[in-house]
Amino acid sequence: MSETIGQISVTVTVNGRRRTVTCEPRKLLSDVLREDLNLTGTHVGCEHGACGACTVLLDGAAVRSCLLFAVQLDGSDITTVEGIANDDGSLNDVQQAMQDNHGLQCGFCTPGVVVSLTAFLRDNPSPTDDQIREAISGNLCRCTGYHGIVNAARQACGRPEGAR
Amino acid sequence: MATPTSAHTTVGRYIGQSVKRREDPRLLTGHGRYVDDDKPAGTMHVAFVRSNVARGTITHLDVSAARALPGVEAVYTGDDLNPTIQQMWASMTGPPIEMGGQSPYPPANVLAPGDVRYVGDPIAIVIAESRYIAEDAADLVEVEIDALPAVLGMRAAAASSELVHRETESNVSAAMPTPEVPELDALFDNAAHLITRTFGGARASNVPMEPRGLIVHSDRYRGEMFIRAATQSVHEMKSFAARLIGIPESHIRVVADDVGGGFGQKMAVMREEAAVIAAAHKYGRAPVKWIEDRRENLISSNQARSEEGTLTFAIDGEGHILGCRAEFIEEIGAYPPVSSPTAALAIGVMTGPYKIPVLLPGCSAVYTNTVGKSAYRGPWALETIFREQMMDICARELGIDPIEFRRINLIQPDDLPYTTATQMVLDHITPKETLDQATEMIDVGGFRAEQAAAKADGRVLGLGVATYVEPSAIAFGVFNSDPAVITMDLSGKVQVRLGTGSHGHSIETTIAQVVATHLGCDIDDVAIIQGDTATAPLGPGTGGSRTAVAAGGAAQTASIQLKDKLLQIAAHLMEASADDLEVENSVVSVRGTPQAAVHFSQLAMTAHMAPDLLPPGVGPGLEVVARYRPPSEFTWSNAAHACTVELDPETGVVRFLRYVVSEDCGQMINPMVVEGQIAGGVAQGIGGVLFENLAYDDHGNPLATTFLDYLLPSAPEMPDFEYGHVESMSATLGGYKGMGEGGAIVSPPAVANAINDALAQLGVPPLTQFPFDPNTIVAAINAAR
Repeated sequence: MSETIGQISVTVTVNGRRRTVTCEPRKLLSDVLREDLNLTGTHVGCEHGACGACTVLLDGAAVRSCLLFAVQLDGSDITTVEGIANDDGSLNDVQQAMQDNHGLQCGFCTPGVVVSLTAFLRDNPSPTDDQIREAISGNLCRCTGYHGIVNAARQACGRPEGAR
Repeated sequence: MATPTSAHTTVGRYIGQSVKRREDPRLLTGHGRYVDDDKPAGTMHVAFVRSNVARGTITHLDVSAARALPGVEAVYTGDDLNPTIQQMWASMTGPPIEMGGQSPYPPANVLAPGDVRYVGDPIAIVIAESRYIAEDAADLVEVEIDALPAVLGMRAAAASSELVHRETESNVSAAMPTPEVPELDALFDNAAHLITRTFGGARASNVPMEPRGLIVHSDRYRGEMFIRAATQSVHEMKSFAARLIGIPESHIRVVADDVGGGFGQKMAVMREEAAVIAAAHKYGRAPVKWIEDRRENLISSNQARSEEGTLTFAIDGEGHILGCRAEFIEEIGAYPPVSSPTAALAIGVMTGPYKIPVLLPGCSAVYTNTVGKSAYRGPWALETIFREQMMDICARELGIDPIEFRRINLIQPDDLPYTTATQMVLDHITPKETLDQATEMIDVGGFRAEQAAAKADGRVLGLGVATYVEPSAIAFGVFNSDPAVITMDLSGKVQVRLGTGSHGHSIETTIAQVVATHLGCDIDDVAIIQGDTATAPLGPGTGGSRTAVAAGGAAQTASIQLKDKLLQIAAHLMEASADDLEVENSVVSVRGTPQAAVHFSQLAMTAHMAPDLLPPGVGPGLEVVARYRPPSEFTWSNAAHACTVELDPETGVVRFLRYVVSEDCGQMINPMVVEGQIAGGVAQGIGGVLFENLAYDDHGNPLATTFLDYLLPSAPEMPDFEYGHVESMSATLGGYKGMGEGGAIVSPPAVANAINDALAQLGVPPLTQFPFDPNTIVAAINAAR
């Protein structure tokens, strides 16, 4: 880290690319991603860590980017929703299941849901329904009633009742 | 468990199919374009200074320190902006009474005019290089307020001489008293049963996951204003902005790409948005962006459902409802986008799917020192929410099963068309069929046995049912019709431009299904354009459960007319009669002679490049401008909901066992999208009963300012939803009916009735005031002990 007047330089790996940004210490990771790195897929829905729209992977763990300062993260590895799809650009299993099961409507909470579910199913490949609902309890959605999201998770972990 | 679903009437290749959404790939990968994703060069950022007092006089306001902060471009107060305001009214409700219109509005100002009227009332607006600096500067604005007692509680406010708005004579903005009809007194006085109850809603807010926001660039050198906004209606924002600051509408362009939900909140332009437009116009040097944060959204966007209704039912000895008195009162806060009671519309459909021959309705709307009321998914929902709880209470008092009581009074197929007590003509509805389907799906008999067995084990279960008829696809005033412009290019593919404003509604998919079906092409050959006043035809946007009917009708009309022209051209080129032609996959062929065929692209090349080859009387080009006005002001849809719950008498926690919806929205364009709309609406309705409460304390302080206090439903509390569909065609083009709001309208009473059915197991009288939260439930159980 190097310091200029009121600004701190941070180097992070974002979606596989090394990125260096210089920002105020108070700047939130969500704002740095959106404003400094032009990764606007990470959405800010509450700025108090409750809605989950800003969820990203930090060294593999799903975290709220609105509750982190960018300057905390020098040397970290971050994956945003823009880095979730397959390498060829096609939708990953969670994303495809979300489309197949109408797991999104307005799409604003969707990046956080996709990131949370991708991390959850990576760690829990065969969850129960209750575990699925608990896993996305930190992602607020106002459009779907969670019906399509839960069905998407069922499909993504290979359970036949998930598919329409 | 099986979900019975009637066979879909598949009209052609796409209508009636659960086509996957074309919106999804960009939204699933983080490539949507919401308002905050756009950063025009040189953009400045807004923060508001807001009142922390519900009512009071501003005695000191000093913005000099804020203006001096490096990075701050401008700080404006009410004195700076309010004099620039010309008019503030919504096209939906028309000009204010003072201008010859019919709707009352609050005083027209965008920042506090020397006094504050609710906590959150914007006092000053800061424009700065970043949001961080703008908020720093907002903190430097010195404000002193001489606080006055807040005017709170709609009944107290209605009676109070202390005024929310000094410009008005009363806190009652509008009132329609219950009519006195002496000749009907006997009907009520002599009825076998006369039952009166008062019901109340919990103050809620729409809470779209994307808060409000807009970027405004008033380009003084071009004399133009460009706005990008999170709005349900770009055309309304354009009209409103033009009236607000007095510049021609033709010089304003409004764009909305992806919009993160609205549920009514982004339909009317609200005060902060007006303040940003006025401030950007005064500032004039660069684009100005305001993105509402969640606290602002909760304290200052809008409230809804702070409503009460007192219903009196006169019922004969056989359980027939003879008449209803209904009196509604609504709290509209300080600065609602319009000050008229929404009950004025609700009254028209108060009798719902029942034969209630007499209705004596009244309503009023009352200002208080709280955030303003605005439309929320089913703004007229109060009539169904209160009536359906009343149905259960009356049934219980009469000793009749609530489902049977509904059946006694339900409009039957033979009764249609049925003229209600308010002279509404209901037709093409299926209240009996949907109630039958919902009760079969939930298996009432089986559940009652389960309930009795559970009771023996000390568990408390409940069943709730509710039915309704919805005035969908409102088609009057500025909502009377919707446009569609279809243009076929040289390659034979079409672009369809609409006046809609999708904010989660799948319109890019569903309207493409309509067009591809009626034109006879692949859905991938149809592109949908909306949300830009410079390219989309003037339409009212998306709201009021009207897009399938009105925009669908317009797109269908345009497609059919374009196809007619293509057939004329093809007939001329192939020397055949147009009547003998058929279209399949963009190929026009002579029926029975498939080798005589011509592709849309050849017809398009002819129309665009070789007009001399066109048949006589057929002009060049392939473009149709169509507008569809539904045949009546409302297109009726209907549904029945049934749900079962388990109630923990120790904790008061309610858990859903099953939730069943049987609905009739006519011809479904996309069943997957229909069911998605239902699920989201039901979840919002459940939230309004169990969790959501935008409460204020006795001094007018909002108590729910974060998502830790304003509790949205989350996944663990929600059940799997089960759907049944009855498809009776409406009289509209395509047979469609609107259904976007219904889930949110009829779920609250279904849930309330289930909880009260459970409470009845414990001998607890029915609750009638939302929210039915754990504390309320436990208190009711304890009180009954």
